[in-house]
Amino acid sequence: MSLTVDIGTLHLEHPVLNGSGTFDAIAARRAFGDELHERFPFAAFVSKTITPEPRAGNPPPRLYETPAGLINSIGLPNKGLDGFLAADLPLLAELPVPLVVSVMATSHDGFARLVAAVGERPEVGALELNVSCPNVESGLVVGERPDETLALLEAVRPLTERPLIVKLTPNVADPAAVALAAETGGADAVSLINTIKASASDPLGARPWLGGGSGGLSGPAIRAIALEQVRRVAAAVAIPVIGMGGIETGADALAFVDAGASAVAVGTASFRDPTAGARVRDELAAALAARRSADADRIAAQRSTTAGSTST
Amino acid sequence: MSERIVAPFGRRLCEVTDARDSGGYRVFSALDAGGPEPRAGQFYMVAADREWGGAGGRPYLSRAFAAAGAEAGRRGVRIDFLAEAVGPGTDRLTALEPGDGLWIVGPLGRSFSPPGELSADAAGAILVGGGIGVATLAIWRRALAAAGVATRTLLGFRDRRHSGGLELFDCSPEREAEQGEGVAGNRYSGPRAKVACDSIRLASEDGHAGHQGYVTDLLAVMLEGDDAASAAVYACGPPAMLEAVRELCGARGVAAELAMEAPMACGFGACFGCAVPLAEGGFMRLCVDGPVVNAVEIETAIRVGVGH
Repeated sequence: MSLTVDIGTLHLEHPVLNGSGTFDAIAARRAFGDELHERFPFAAFVSKTITPEPRAGNPPPRLYETPAGLINSIGLPNKGLDGFLAADLPLLAELPVPLVVSVMATSHDGFARLVAAVGERPEVGALELNVSCPNVESGLVVGERPDETLALLEAVRPLTERPLIVKLTPNVADPAAVALAAETGGADAVSLINTIKASASDPLGARPWLGGGSGGLSGPAIRAIALEQVRRVAAAVAIPVIGMGGIETGADALAFVDAGASAVAVGTASFRDPTAGARVRDELAAALAARRSADADRIAAQRSTTAGSTST
Repeated sequence: MSERIVAPFGRRLCEVTDARDSGGYRVFSALDAGGPEPRAGQFYMVAADREWGGAGGRPYLSRAFAAAGAEAGRRGVRIDFLAEAVGPGTDRLTALEPGDGLWIVGPLGRSFSPPGELSADAAGAILVGGGIGVATLAIWRRALAAAGVATRTLLGFRDRRHSGGLELFDCSPEREAEQGEGVAGNRYSGPRAKVACDSIRLASEDGHAGHQGYVTDLLAVMLEGDDAASAAVYACGPPAMLEAVRELCGARGVAAELAMEAPMACGFGACFGCAVPLAEGGFMRLCVDGPVVNAVEIETAIRVGVGH
């Protein structure tokens, strides 16, 4: 049984990716050594979002644990385009799987610069356009509005032949409309959901707990919301949908596949179990095989009963 | 910092082999059948196998704990942890009993550097511990003793209720009795460096033990002499204590490493949550660039947001 998924020219050996910003393949190699590459948990590695200029990220605290979840307000720390190309890309090129680079900018020009520079690199398999980050004000604007999303796609689509994935924000009333705009503009796929806007309070005073003010909620706490949005978006577009949001098991992943996702991503679950992606892949494969086998049994049983009742 | 110990990729289930009160704290040990011995300063991300997330949905993430002791034996490495119940995660961890399962990822992070690596003048070590932070100094002290490095240890506590872990330093009366009982199973078996008790000095804010005041009072006196730079300082404790150590050592030109804490979700650099401000601007990830940091690298050891 084939588990492969193709998104334009991006070929995935199996349907499980990492959520952008939830795994650092370079830091993980320092921590776990070569075993990381020998047993890489994802069919492609999606980088943390890079921006045109370097960003330090938000002051701490950046994390807040909730029941069955986590609010993060990280603030997109990254080396910037030049730093990424010089320092990170050579190391990421050593991964045994294709590389998807997530990019974000506050203007069409900024996005264009990123897409052109990253898209022309042979080490890069695809790009993910981050229009959905809730921690940076400008990101919200594009991903909240179909017209803004369409305009952005029209600006960057001509700049690269690489597959373009648009990462949607859940913090909108109508994610399907935004997804349709992305599809119309030439996106090869959409991915959702990103984190849900959330905040936490400092018990010692009337202040937000997080250094960045508000943040985004992830983990099992959001899974049901993610599933509903994936269902609505998958029903609206023909391009592949990469579904994510609180996936921890193969059963969770199967629900997203049933909702219309062609592939899934595992994010927060990796924090508790660095090999979660591989585990979800194996559990999903087993669940699909079991279902196929049950379907075959049902068909066979039906054949034997109808054969008995047919008369010629 | 010696070369990094690489952790097995993934998490593994260990058996809790010992759990007991230690003053106002708790010591629990887990048998790691599949991992390497940690270096002093390294930590693990741990989570109880059962009832993690219980009724209220927390804890959800694992918790970061430095190894307070480690002993390789026939069945694997016994790792000791020192914990204080201050929230949903530590409430569960301090309730672990022998036979319970503990998931671990690690060992993770940068370990302590020998004094000679920190400064050409430094041949000895001064360990400064505060509260629950004494844990990681216990394992470092044993390593220094095994290497023949002259070590003086200063430990401070707030009050009797917020103190413990002293037997990890091999000098409580009960520990001395056990050493005569021979070795059995996985209880502290194997050769131990014999570390003299009188090389430890205590401080307590309420005066219940040793000097009444802060442990950094004792450090200040120790650093007054001209030979201050002949030792490197290693500190672990609350942010205010670390900051006082950082300032004292900076003023005296003494090399120092701080074992810091930060709220962590992953422990291996994936989430960028454990940011610590750098002196040069920007942030480091404490889990991959620490948790042991050189005192001159960071802007401040004071942090907000601990203890949610």
